[in-house]
Amino acid sequence: MKNYQYVARSAAIAARALGDETMVMSATNSTLFTLDEVASVIWAAADGVTPLDEIVANKICAQYDISPEAALKDAQALVGNLAEHGILLISDQPLIHSSGSHKETR
Amino acid sequence: MSGLQAEMAAKALKLNIPLSVQLDLTYRCNELCIHCYLDHDDHGEMTTAEIKDLLDQMAEAGVFYLTISGGEILMRRDFFEILEHARARTFCVKLKTNGVLIRKKEAERLRALGVETVQISIYSHRPEVHDAITKMPGSFRQSIDAVRFLRTQGLTVTLANVLMVQNTHDYLGVKALAAELDAKFTVDPTITPMMDGDRSILKLNMDQAALQEVFRNEDLVGNVEEFCAPPQGVDEEALDMLPCSAGHTACYVSPYGDVYPCVQFPLPTGNVRRTRFVDIWRDSPQFKEVRSITLRDMPSCSKCAHGATCTRCPGLAYMEGNMRGPSSQDCEKSYARTGVPSENYKARHASPKPFQSLNLIQIQGLQPAERNFPAQMIEGIVARA
Repeated sequence: MKNYQYVARSAAIAARALGDETMVMSATNSTLFTLDEVASVIWAAADGVTPLDEIVANKICAQYDISPEAALKDAQALVGNLAEHGILLISDQPLIHSSGSHKETR
Repeated sequence: MSGLQAEMAAKALKLNIPLSVQLDLTYRCNELCIHCYLDHDDHGEMTTAEIKDLLDQMAEAGVFYLTISGGEILMRRDFFEILEHARARTFCVKLKTNGVLIRKKEAERLRALGVETVQISIYSHRPEVHDAITKMPGSFRQSIDAVRFLRTQGLTVTLANVLMVQNTHDYLGVKALAAELDAKFTVDPTITPMMDGDRSILKLNMDQAALQEVFRNEDLVGNVEEFCAPPQGVDEEALDMLPCSAGHTACYVSPYGDVYPCVQFPLPTGNVRRTRFVDIWRDSPQFKEVRSITLRDMPSCSKCAHGATCTRCPGLAYMEGNMRGPSSQDCEKSYARTGVPSENYKARHASPKPFQSLNLIQIQGLQPAERNFPAQMIEGIVARA
């Protein structure tokens, strides 16, 4: 049985797209991050209901020249690190309420 | 400003994005501070719906840092509704308030909404001095109570200490108070003219001797020798410098929807009740003119030894009558800091004229915001942190 991984933007952040990058600030400790173009695609797609492998397949592999395995490995490293900083939530169940109040703008 | 923030600001400048906006929700206030530059009457503030729409527009335009100020922001009954809308649009929100209306319940809501910083004005560690400046008995106690409520919630709080004749030497007391409350501290010896041009409140400014004392206080400015070092003159590179972020990556919106380059730069550029925010930002002739000005275009400042290092405020220069001219207040400040007179200072003192603003002073960035940045962030597909 396949294990799905769902990702959602935390509500305790400030974020804005700046060109092809994204600025993200943690509201808990004011740490500022910037996400590059590819990371920004994953960030924007982290709606809590789309599995990570689907995001990678549809948003990354469809646009960038990278194998699904390598892209998923990188994406898992990314979301793991973002989760450690409290700006992204990860679950094996859909996170339907976590980022629903946020309207991302690009 | 950190390296990462500077990098983001440079990118925003290149992309013509208003990275930072100060939005004043109201000019009404429950204090009556003797140095305040505002007309506190309500001349038709934006409605809740208008402000929410503006926030949507600002998010679409790329605004990230949103300072919500006033007046006293909690005088708006819809304050939390507005704040909730702003946070739902993922702005990085800083609040400026006197804290008088912040109790435990409000502090809990602010924490839940994830504001980045709350800045509270404290004029003195002596209650009688603070209350005499605010003209509101008991305000010191209420503001300090607010700081405690906010800190209990774990919120970052900054005590903002505006200095004037009445509290010239109290900054060390307020700084100690901030340490006791586990709050940050910033000092600002700036009394600006009223927004309607009335300059009578400038008489409250500290004198040169007091200003020199502030500039030479290591606790405030860090390395005094470096801070007060003589100017190094102007080279070719400096001539292409931009004055400050006002109109370049930052702007100000009044409670009535008027857009200006900065709260201290009252050059009207448009009104969001008639024109979309982003259209004002991109197309206003006034913004374009502000953006066109470099040090090279300033007849006096480009020839001044302080030109490359001066903290010249283009808004104060504009209020003196010429946005390409010097800001005499900053000339005074440069002289107090280094002992070297500016070109404008020499000219003025060679043919002195009565001018009330000569003591007006302004410091920006004495204590830059502290942020923690991890040495390294995420490998792989994250660029940097």
